Amino acid sequence: MTHSVDMKDISMSFGSNLVLRGVNLSVPAGRVTALLGANGAGKSTLIKVLSGLYPEHGGTVFVNGAPALLDSPSAAKKQGLQTVHQRVDEAVVPGLSVAENLLFEKIAEGEKGSSGSLRSLLPKAREIAQSLSLDWTDRFLRKDVYELEIADQQLLTLARAVVDEPSMLILDEPTSALSAAEVDNLMAVIRRLRDQGVGILYVSHRLSEIDALADTVVVLRDGVITGTHEKPFPWAQALTEMLGEDGVTEASSTAEQRGDTEVLQVHGLKLFPRSKPFDLTLRSGEVTGVIGLLGSGKSETAEALFGASKVKPEEMTLKGKLYRPSHPSQAINRGVYLVPEDRAKQSMFQGWSIARTVTLPFLETIRRGLVLDFGKENTVAQEVIDDLGVVAQAPTQPVDSLSGGNQQKVVVGKWLHGSPEVLILDEPFRGVDIGARRTISRKASALAAGGKAVVVFTSEVDELLEVADRVIVLVDGEPRLDTYLSQTSREVIVSTMSEVA
Amino acid sequence: MSTFMDNVNQSLMLKLQDWLVRYGFIAVTILLFTWFILTEETFRQPSTLFSMLKFTSVVAIVGLGVTFTMVVGGLDLSVGSVAGLAVTVSAMMMVIYNLTGLFSGFAVLIAGAVVGLLNAVLIVWMKIPDLLATLGMMFIIMGLKLLPVDGQSVSSRMILRDGTVAPGKFTDGFLQIDRFMVGPVPLPVVIWIVLTFIAWFLLTRTRYGRIMYAVGANPEAAKLSGIRVEWYRASAYVISGVFAAIGGMILSSRIGQGDISAGNSLLLDAVAVALVGTSVLGIGKPNAWGTALGALLIGIVITGLTITGFPYYAQDIAKGVVLVIALTFSFTLSRKKARFVPAT
Repeated sequence: MTHSVDMKDISMSFGSNLVLRGVNLSVPAGRVTALLGANGAGKSTLIKVLSGLYPEHGGTVFVNGAPALLDSPSAAKKQGLQTVHQRVDEAVVPGLSVAENLLFEKIAEGEKGSSGSLRSLLPKAREIAQSLSLDWTDRFLRKDVYELEIADQQLLTLARAVVDEPSMLILDEPTSALSAAEVDNLMAVIRRLRDQGVGILYVSHRLSEIDALADTVVVLRDGVITGTHEKPFPWAQALTEMLGEDGVTEASSTAEQRGDTEVLQVHGLKLFPRSKPFDLTLRSGEVTGVIGLLGSGKSETAEALFGASKVKPEEMTLKGKLYRPSHPSQAINRGVYLVPEDRAKQSMFQGWSIARTVTLPFLETIRRGLVLDFGKENTVAQEVIDDLGVVAQAPTQPVDSLSGGNQQKVVVGKWLHGSPEVLILDEPFRGVDIGARRTISRKASALAAGGKAVVVFTSEVDELLEVADRVIVLVDGEPRLDTYLSQTSREVIVSTMSEVA
Repeated sequence: MSTFMDNVNQSLMLKLQDWLVRYGFIAVTILLFTWFILTEETFRQPSTLFSMLKFTSVVAIVGLGVTFTMVVGGLDLSVGSVAGLAVTVSAMMMVIYNLTGLFSGFAVLIAGAVVGLLNAVLIVWMKIPDLLATLGMMFIIMGLKLLPVDGQSVSSRMILRDGTVAPGKFTDGFLQIDRFMVGPVPLPVVIWIVLTFIAWFLLTRTRYGRIMYAVGANPEAAKLSGIRVEWYRASAYVISGVFAAIGGMILSSRIGQGDISAGNSLLLDAVAVALVGTSVLGIGKPNAWGTALGALLIGIVITGLTITGFPYYAQDIAKGVVLVIALTFSFTLSRKKARFVPAT
């Protein structure tokens, strides 16, 4: 069997940051190779190398045994490497018909006249559609892509990538926006391509899809391949290779806490079109850790509890009273606070001082008559700085100028300084040093011990083991395990995360 | 040794750069002012100064309204047409319907607020980009205000549609808006200063202003801090409409008739003034006193140039040059991100 594409010792660095450290990977023709990796493992960098976006990469890519120079996107395409990117809306050209989009590259390269009527494109477009067994009618081919459903757009970008008869097709999270039936449809097309002899590199976080589709699974962690598996796939082992096993996790500094009082009850939370609604109860006196891979529904759950999402549970009660937030302001008034996932985009204001950032949700408390009391504001900020040990010169220092860990302390401290009933922390340890991580998890435990409910969403097992008392594993938008840390183990958690539907 | 000197030179350059960003603008204003005072005798007379301030006040007040929309991260292009609308509405009220000046003044303010509210609906709730929405609104108002007056300027003793003579005239009280003097200071200048003070107070000292800046800096983070972003953005356009109406009212009082072309040139001037204002003191954000100073600088430049005999029809060159220089201060020279920001 000939390997259609072989990567030998591929490396890539950004400044001093070595993202790929010698990747060796073969994508054989006529097979589906799935690439698995956590955030920051180097998946997208590798895809960009293969798309010709990083000509300065190290190592060599061989196509059918011959070294290929990938120094531009068009060079990569000429070598037969086609990439279908995650964002469909960036790949189709609205305003043009399906047929025109399908043959867009040919038109752009002048092989087909730009003035060429739509009718002259139709035979070729029909041919492509038929080769993929897509039952696209002429009426469909004439449609403006703007009118298409997202699933059809996804199929269109796939079909378009196939026009040039690639030797390898790279699919980057192609199913993230699709429903279950649409996924089946897409997989059928991918299988047909595979049977036609195309080598496919399939990148996804959805283990169930990979399980159904892939012939080989390759795991990438910290810029190197850490595992290669053939069917049947040992998922727990693959997950460990993906997430790492720095087994020496310090035991929680405090003893496990057990909550008794139910604070927040959630009924009928349906996260995705294809997931089943579930119930969730948060108790005071314990830290609930919710773990799941990317796309498992962590942030969606967090935002639903905070009233910041279109996804709404059927019913929620907070301390026995109906709780139905349609805007974060209502959640905040009831003492439900969220530290969102993306610090820079969702918590920070460019150039704003610690003092201003910290007091924003609670301006009422520093108001004296009409005016804001800046003295009181600085006092509050100084309390947050002292309380969490923020390394800063003064409350007037801009948050942007602090380190990631200190920024996160400010963002968490802002809410601690209110009067939380339920504190929701979404990926609170991302881009945070170990010291800040300890501080924040200790604060979370202390808050729980003080009779409040705390829930931490994370995708890292180590973080979960450090902070959580109770553990919930979220898979594809549904909880699969709900227990206490002392009654489970790292292995059980990882294997539940890797459960395949 | 040479690297040491290079380092010293470099840090000196950086200091100079920071100084320029903070005070360069004011320095330019003072230098220009001194230059005109020294070289032009006319410029030395207090009456020239006050007429310059009076002439500037309308642009400054309209620009103050634009500042609010810039604070929430938007822009209002309909302000010139709102000022024009104010001129026509006030003239209609007094001349055609023979109503009192006081009533006309209120009608004008309400008209401004209504236009602002319509802008807010288009931008905030119908999600049309602010530039496009307010541009559309500008055309609608410019056309709409001509309908009830048959496309004619409104002046006393004009002949109405039914052949009769218009019953009313601009009331003395209304005319006093532009003419009244508070000591040596013309009333429009007093209004300008008072409104600037109110805007400064609102934007920097109150909860409302703090939230307005938060909405402009990061709407998503503001929402997640529990702020009803839509309402604050809407309020900025209402304020902008009202301020434009106040500017138009002063203009109307100055002209003494319902000139249908009044206010047309105000839009670009007001936006320019607010933009220049973001550079003042190196604040890098739209702010009330900055807008006032920006208006003052452009006023000084234009008055000075006019006195020195620079052709009046080419004044726009001066406005453009001032704007570009000011933007150089905030975009090219400023090293903002690495600096402490004064509490605004």
